[in-house]
Amino acid sequence: MTTAKDKYQKVAYYPGCALEGTAHSYNRSTQQVGKALGLDLVEVKNWNCCGAMEVKNIDPKLQTYLSSRVMAIAATEMKMDVVMAPCNGCYHNLKKAEYDLAHDPTSVEVVDRLSQKAGHATYAAGQVETIHALDWIMHGIGEDGLKQRLKGSLQGLKVANYYGCMYTRPRHIFPEKDKGPGTESTSKPHFMDDLLGAAGAVNVEFPLKTACCGGAHTLSDSDTSTKLVLNILRTAEAAGAEVIATECPTCHSGLEMHQVRAEKKFNQPTKVKILYFTQLLGLALGLSPRQVGVHENISDSLGFLREKGIA
Amino acid sequence: MKPLAQIEQRLDLLEAGGSGPGTAAELVELGEAVLEHWVSAKGLVPTQETREGFRLLALHRQGCTDDPSFNACRETCRELAYHHNLVTSDPQHPATPQRLTMMTLVTRHLFLFVTGKMQVAALGDFCCASRPIRLQAEPQEIG
Repeated sequence: MTTAKDKYQKVAYYPGCALEGTAHSYNRSTQQVGKALGLDLVEVKNWNCCGAMEVKNIDPKLQTYLSSRVMAIAATEMKMDVVMAPCNGCYHNLKKAEYDLAHDPTSVEVVDRLSQKAGHATYAAGQVETIHALDWIMHGIGEDGLKQRLKGSLQGLKVANYYGCMYTRPRHIFPEKDKGPGTESTSKPHFMDDLLGAAGAVNVEFPLKTACCGGAHTLSDSDTSTKLVLNILRTAEAAGAEVIATECPTCHSGLEMHQVRAEKKFNQPTKVKILYFTQLLGLALGLSPRQVGVHENISDSLGFLREKGIA
Repeated sequence: MKPLAQIEQRLDLLEAGGSGPGTAAELVELGEAVLEHWVSAKGLVPTQETREGFRLLALHRQGCTDDPSFNACRETCRELAYHHNLVTSDPQHPATPQRLTMMTLVTRHLFLFVTGKMQVAALGDFCCASRPIRLQAEPQEIG
């Protein structure tokens, strides 16, 4: 019988657009952590944008098609069973497409028509399983497996784990969650807490772990985004966190950019550092700050990490 | 309905250290007042019903009517209810001041999320029809 551990040893990797741009450090650290853990990532051939949040507003069926194409390539051209998407937006869209194709005949019809027109196989629901980078490490390695591979430690680093709003919402597109012990919770997600805790971090009580970061408002109403981010940063600091660990490129870049903006525009400085959870795990696995892309983040965390003895 | 500006001013005061006995209940009421604005702007009458003992949660559910994206503040509302229960079940607990601080920040997040969403959904400043909601929220000019 194939276990999740076996199944996740080699997965199709769908980085998505953000990880090739503003979130390159997430891309770099995810790949490096995979290598350090002995997990294989095979990038999806000729992948396309998932449509993020923009295409949905124009034509939701087109968005379903865009995600289905990525899954079709993984399933039919690459013969992979699992697609791993570290970006919350991509992960959400692939899961949503999977749900729609399993429940909505019109989506099936539109996807089939567009796939034929584009000249590739039509994706059918269930051909692949879509997972997040957190699922990949949690189920492919687990907390004990991670502990065995540690070469360093996050040694008491106080972390607020910020999951963002797309990792667990809407609940119906994540049928594998909320199934009891060992599965992720949509109301109180904990995989990031569990993994970073296993690496030595102290997870603080953070009540805004799934709250909105205002990512969608960034262009239309920047001040609202800045205020939402500032409130997240201040809440993390009030909870005693030195670092906010992230797992979504939109949230991460929003937190970093609006941290700067909040200081400049509202004279509200905050000191909490913002790092991808893969960067923190990578450091605990003995990778260098450069290998996990600390230099590619907007904010400078290197001095802080050295001071803490983590880098 | 309590004007939005008044809600914000009260949150500023509580965050500056004005919390005390009864603050947990007041924060839940402020959260309800925020949600009343959203529900009213959508043309609905804010419910008086409760879910799991909280009108706040019933109002949130009502706010999601035809707008599933409003669920993005579901856990924020539930955290508010959770912290209320923590504080009121053991007010003398040493963590009570910290819990009230967290509760105030969570309420502010709800306020920011809802007011931001009202603007993006054209229910706020960008919509003439709902501009009165905002105008009510502005402090009176003196002189």
